[in-house]
Amino acid sequence: MADVQTLNTVAVGTDPVTDRISGPRGAKPRPKLSRRNIFIYGTLIVVAAYYLVPLYVMVVTSLKGMPEIRLGNIFAPPVDITFEPWVKAWATACTGLNCDGLSRGFWNSVQITVPSVIFSIAVASVNGYALSNWRFKGADTFFTILIVGAFIPYQVMIYPIVILLREIGLYGTLWGLVIVHSIFGMPILTLLFRNYFSSVPEELFKAARVDGAGFWRIYFVIMLPMALPIFVVAIIIQITGVWNDFLFGVIYTKPDTYPMTVQLNNIVNSVQGVKEYNVNMAATILTGLVPLFVYFVSGKLFVRGIAAGAVKG
Amino acid sequence: MQSVSIRDLTLKFGALEVLKSLSLDIEDGEFLVLLGPSGCGKSTLLNCIAGLLDISDGQIFIKGRNVTWEEPKDRGIGMVFQSYALYPQMTVKGNLSFGLKTAKVPKDEIDRKVARAAEVLQIEALLDRKPSQLSGGQRQRVAIGRALVRDVDVFLFDEPLSNLDAKLRSELRVEIKRLHHRLKNTMIYVTHDQIEALTLADRIAIMRNGIIQQLASPNEIYNRPVNLYVAGFMGSPGMNFMEGTLTGGGPDGGPQLRFGSTSIPLDRYPFAADARPEKVIFGIRPEHVSCGPAAADEPFSADVEIEVVEPMGADTLVWAILDGKEFRFRVDGHSDLDEGDHVRIGFDPARASIFDAGTELRL
Repeated sequence: MADVQTLNTVAVGTDPVTDRISGPRGAKPRPKLSRRNIFIYGTLIVVAAYYLVPLYVMVVTSLKGMPEIRLGNIFAPPVDITFEPWVKAWATACTGLNCDGLSRGFWNSVQITVPSVIFSIAVASVNGYALSNWRFKGADTFFTILIVGAFIPYQVMIYPIVILLREIGLYGTLWGLVIVHSIFGMPILTLLFRNYFSSVPEELFKAARVDGAGFWRIYFVIMLPMALPIFVVAIIIQITGVWNDFLFGVIYTKPDTYPMTVQLNNIVNSVQGVKEYNVNMAATILTGLVPLFVYFVSGKLFVRGIAAGAVKG
Repeated sequence: MQSVSIRDLTLKFGALEVLKSLSLDIEDGEFLVLLGPSGCGKSTLLNCIAGLLDISDGQIFIKGRNVTWEEPKDRGIGMVFQSYALYPQMTVKGNLSFGLKTAKVPKDEIDRKVARAAEVLQIEALLDRKPSQLSGGQRQRVAIGRALVRDVDVFLFDEPLSNLDAKLRSELRVEIKRLHHRLKNTMIYVTHDQIEALTLADRIAIMRNGIIQQLASPNEIYNRPVNLYVAGFMGSPGMNFMEGTLTGGGPDGGPQLRFGSTSIPLDRYPFAADARPEKVIFGIRPEHVSCGPAAADEPFSADVEIEVVEPMGADTLVWAILDGKEFRFRVDGHSDLDEGDHVRIGFDPARASIFDAGTELRL
């Protein structure tokens, strides 16, 4: 009987049932145009514009003819679209005695970048694996020396390396530059791989050793498949770093073997004749296309790789 | 025949001695548990036996063969890790066969061994899955299977159940025991969980600071701990300790223990040592104390005041005051004792442990 009594009192009193229906329910509504949103999207738009406007100017300028450029309105879209500057930048622009445009530099850069990336990453990943898992005698000293190497300014080493390359007969060749890039990429890449392999549970390595796998079998069969995300990161770092390099390229190669960046500089900075802004812009975009492409393609892989690693296996 | 024999094993990391001249013989087919708190060197010892750590001094024999300088794969051991350590990119089958493939075993033999191990561990249905698609218990079974396929002489377990929840842990514990009965391999099992140690072990080695404190059967360790450390480590809740003086002049003229105004007759206590120091520590397990009418029949009984009552389901732990000292005892779960009650408790001093307060060794 007491139960009925209680139910009645509640029902007569405040009617909690209606209260429950009319009160707040579900997800809290958020205004679209809140101060927070304005701030966040505003900042994003400003930053995006800061980076995109120069690109826009470059693209439109490269599509204009010289008469149109002389009008001086750099933001105006091209009235008469022409691809002439692109063709010229790629195939016929002159630097010094060579008049085959950027194409020569492009192939030089490819020949420099591909082996540099493969070689430096192959060595650095094994370095990092050995340093984090095998802890050989003197591993810490070796690692310290390598890291100190990363902090020494490049300028200090330029001349000794010139002599070194001359002595081994590689000065001015593409392979000389490949060696230089591989050496200078080593500290940061080794650090990258060492830290990544250190995060792999040590017990996994121990289990593989108990299973009888040796240094290379553990590296290739166990560690390598797990390290794909960090390989993508290393490839991005190396490709962009080597492709964008100017200093080593200009020092360690000759006009015939100049990488694309050096050739771009020579086209843009040539002092004879008229400044062909449209050709310069097209040449610059062409040179920047490779890193851009790498970011777009591997960026996605990169994020996917990280996400796959985040779910604990 | 000895399966594993360790002679004067010493391991140093710089100036730090992690294992101190440790010797240990493990019989063929024995289940030995290395038990101790974290940092006592038990996992380190296991890693030394496995060959994953280079030792500083001493020798290790497995099946009579000196394996001190051998690689892990040549020692005839299989190891199961706490974190399972399954190769994440391989299927269960890949995980099981990796060691055999490394050893270049013919393919049909690999298939046969994998199938047999999967059958023993009841993971046949999981062979094509990746480790990430398995539950914790299934992963640990696969990890055990990885040792099983290689037909090893000695199984090494490094806290294999610590990552599992309580229910799975007790299930897998029984399964490991069953596996041991079936395979009759030597097994060395590292844990910090005394229940695992007591339930699984033929013998337990209790370790502390790189030294084995006591190596004996679970029963012996539980009932006759050799020193104060072992006595305090084993048992949950732990043993009651009372500092007192050892005197003569008990009821039958025998020895007795005095602390405060209490004296406990020790004429029934089986002294193992000849020494009779004055200062001693008397220990009695909470579960060896009786309470209520039964207490009067015990050789020793006293009145205590109850402070706290902790019901634990099957039984109840009572915290009381005996002559000004905290004293715990266990009664069954139906007991209606209440805080503030005065009750009579009693125990048989023959079931107690007495330690020299100076050397902390059992008397």
